[in-house]
Amino acid sequence: MTKDLTMPSEIPEEDGRPKWDNKFQYILSCVGFAVGLGNVWRFPYLCQIHGGGAFLIPYFIALLFEGIPLLHLELALGQYVRKGSIGAWNTVSPYLGGVGAGTWMASVLVSLYYNTVLTWVMWYFINSFQEPLPWSVCPLNENRTGLNEECYESTAVNYFWYRKTLNITPDVTESGTLQWWLILCLAACWAIVYLCTIRGIETTGKAIYVTALFPYLVLTIFLIHGLSLPGATDGLTYLFTPNLNALKNPRIWLDAATQIFFSLSLAVGGLIAFSSYNPPKNDCEKDAVTVAIVNSLTSLYASIPVFSVLGFKATTGYWDCLDRNILNIINEFDLPEESIMRQNYTAWISFLNSSYPEKIAGVKLKTCDLQEFLDQSVSGTGLAFIIFTQAITLMPGSQAWAILFFTMLFCLGLSSMFGNIEGVFTPLLELQVFKSTPKELLSGIICLISFLIALCFTLASGSYWIDIFDSYAGSLPLLVIAFFEVIGVAYVYKIKRFSKDVKQMTGRKPNLYWQMTWKFISPLLLLIVFVAFVTLQTHKPPSYAAWNPKYEGFPMKEEKVYPPWVVSICVLLAALPCVFIPLGALFHLIKQMRRSSDLSFVPKQVFSCQGANSNFSHLQE
Amino acid sequence: MLRVLLLTISVLAVAHAELCKPDAQNAFKVRLSIKTALGDNAYAWDANEEYLFKAMVAFAMRRYSSKSTTQISNVLLCNMTGRVSFWFVVTDSSKNVTTVPGSEVEAAIRMNRNRINSAFLLNDKTLQFLQITSTLSPPVEPSTPVWLIIFGVVLCLIVAGIVFLIVGGIRKHKKKNKEPAERENLEEKGEVNVTVENGIPCEVLDLKAGHINGVFAADDERFTPL
Repeated sequence: MTKDLTMPSEIPEEDGRPKWDNKFQYILSCVGFAVGLGNVWRFPYLCQIHGGGAFLIPYFIALLFEGIPLLHLELALGQYVRKGSIGAWNTVSPYLGGVGAGTWMASVLVSLYYNTVLTWVMWYFINSFQEPLPWSVCPLNENRTGLNEECYESTAVNYFWYRKTLNITPDVTESGTLQWWLILCLAACWAIVYLCTIRGIETTGKAIYVTALFPYLVLTIFLIHGLSLPGATDGLTYLFTPNLNALKNPRIWLDAATQIFFSLSLAVGGLIAFSSYNPPKNDCEKDAVTVAIVNSLTSLYASIPVFSVLGFKATTGYWDCLDRNILNIINEFDLPEESIMRQNYTAWISFLNSSYPEKIAGVKLKTCDLQEFLDQSVSGTGLAFIIFTQAITLMPGSQAWAILFFTMLFCLGLSSMFGNIEGVFTPLLELQVFKSTPKELLSGIICLISFLIALCFTLASGSYWIDIFDSYAGSLPLLVIAFFEVIGVAYVYKIKRFSKDVKQMTGRKPNLYWQMTWKFISPLLLLIVFVAFVTLQTHKPPSYAAWNPKYEGFPMKEEKVYPPWVVSICVLLAALPCVFIPLGALFHLIKQMRRSSDLSFVPKQVFSCQGANSNFSHLQE
Repeated sequence: MLRVLLLTISVLAVAHAELCKPDAQNAFKVRLSIKTALGDNAYAWDANEEYLFKAMVAFAMRRYSSKSTTQISNVLLCNMTGRVSFWFVVTDSSKNVTTVPGSEVEAAIRMNRNRINSAFLLNDKTLQFLQITSTLSPPVEPSTPVWLIIFGVVLCLIVAGIVFLIVGGIRKHKKKNKEPAERENLEEKGEVNVTVENGIPCEVLDLKAGHINGVFAADDERFTPL
């Protein structure tokens, strides 16, 4: 007999399941989970390369037709079934149990590498207490005759990131040794995660007040300070000037769809876990819309200080370039100091070009173009650890700014880690095996095992592996899982039934927008995005950019191709969560078949209920 | 008499001009960036400053070779530009119309670089001797790296928090274990009613839920075939 999924009229809340202290805590947890490092270092980059303000159009379309419907689906499901991802999908349909297992697996993989990024943030944080900042000056070489060569040829910030932090090898196949300073920081990070998730939402609910709200405070401080810096307006106009021609490029639509999807942290089971602790009568529709809109607005809000600071950095770089040229000219022509200023630079150049063309040519002036400096767009770790750290060294009081910045990044990442860990923790708590284990022990074991596995990211080649995990484990499987989530709810569980369940929780039936998006638009959109994504990844052999000091083009990075064994690992990472879906269905099918064959031969003692014996005697009469 | 004097002066002047000129042997180019270094407090470069420079070079030569034969008049400056850059040579007073070897001058300047810089309130970057490279000062490194100290502080806080929460959890667990024992005492006194259905306590029934009841499964066999 299948479990009856319609709830009785009095919903027993004393089922021993932990719950949120208040609604605000729940919303804050979802917002904190969704708002992560990508809001700060991926969204502004995408805005910049896809025609500024024009990017917002496909972004909001994707939000409307992909982000919000999927978010509502996950929140409603978790809240109704009141179980973690594995239990939830088992309840929807036993054939879809594989979706839950795939979600759990994806959660595990993402947790592993995400915390290593936080390790790097922590390393920079504890190094921000020095005067001068260690990434602002190049160290001397061995015999103290000059600056370290690798540092001199690239920049001090690059040297600190690639050599002092990662100690990176020139190739992904060269593993190098474990970097002890990163191991210490990794241990500290996992200890912090353990401290905050030790009793599940009981402890994360308290921690989230700080980790979710502090970044907004820091962003506001950076906003005010950033807007006061010279060159900030250049950066902002560059960011937001819409270039509508960019909309013709299909890449912008793909990037918008993937950005919305990954930004909302869908398909990792964290949202299902969070909403499963809700009281059943809670308006999940409003919650979904709220969380999605807050996430997008945060992305926009974060891009303003980021681009003010980038504009400041570009302007400073431009001025430095001009100043160097001016110094070379006045040295060559023995002109008095301050005779050439930035303002009359071009006038002087044209005058000198006409009067002393050979001498000017001999000076070897660099072309200084502000646009070129602004065009140097970077996303991801490059933005935070190279570009931004350099900009911070140019500000007065750089230690304070560095400490604020890295604390903000740490909080952003930590609140996302809570969701990832909950996605792993909650389904495990519901398994029979762990019913009697105290929560503190289970979360400790999870954190310990994750720490030990994540040690391989502290190898010298660790950052290459993080890129691999990010590109293959944290992207493709999630698209597949989300697709099966929508299909599962819309066509296996049936939309009518789901709408009835949602009506029971919110008090009103989901309107036509939800029905259309759940049934047709979102699955179609996901399918298109998946196909486009796979095509883009596979049309050329997967390559990576290696930091090789012995490369001729140094400090440019060397483009290398992954060797076959690495490619097979990439495929494995992408396929592992996805393969659970068919495996789960197959497993249940076999179980069903075996059960139906068992029913034809029934052993004499089937019921193990000793006390029930006496009660069934009346049936045998 | 006068003619001889004029002749020697002109010979000396020519000799000086030959000794001190750009790219002459043992000549060094000096470049000063006073406005960059001092901004509004910049002084003007005039004959007095030139005199001070000659004095500093003579001082450096005296200190280096420790024979007090170099005079201010031995230091010749030429090719003064508006940039404030010029060339200088040091002549040897013992041998006529020759210059001190460049290596000696370089070594003397290097040894006394700090004194020369501070006389003009400048540093190695703003008072440049173009052919003389400056030795770089080693960076100041504390005995324990600062980051390790901060890391220690952070780790101590985290461990304290974890221990606090675990101890709290164990205490709560112990309290819960005491309560069921109290509840059993109450049951014996008959104060707590255990819900019973059909003579079976409900908790027991719940545990049994979901098992296949073989009696009903064997339904087909119970009915006699037609």
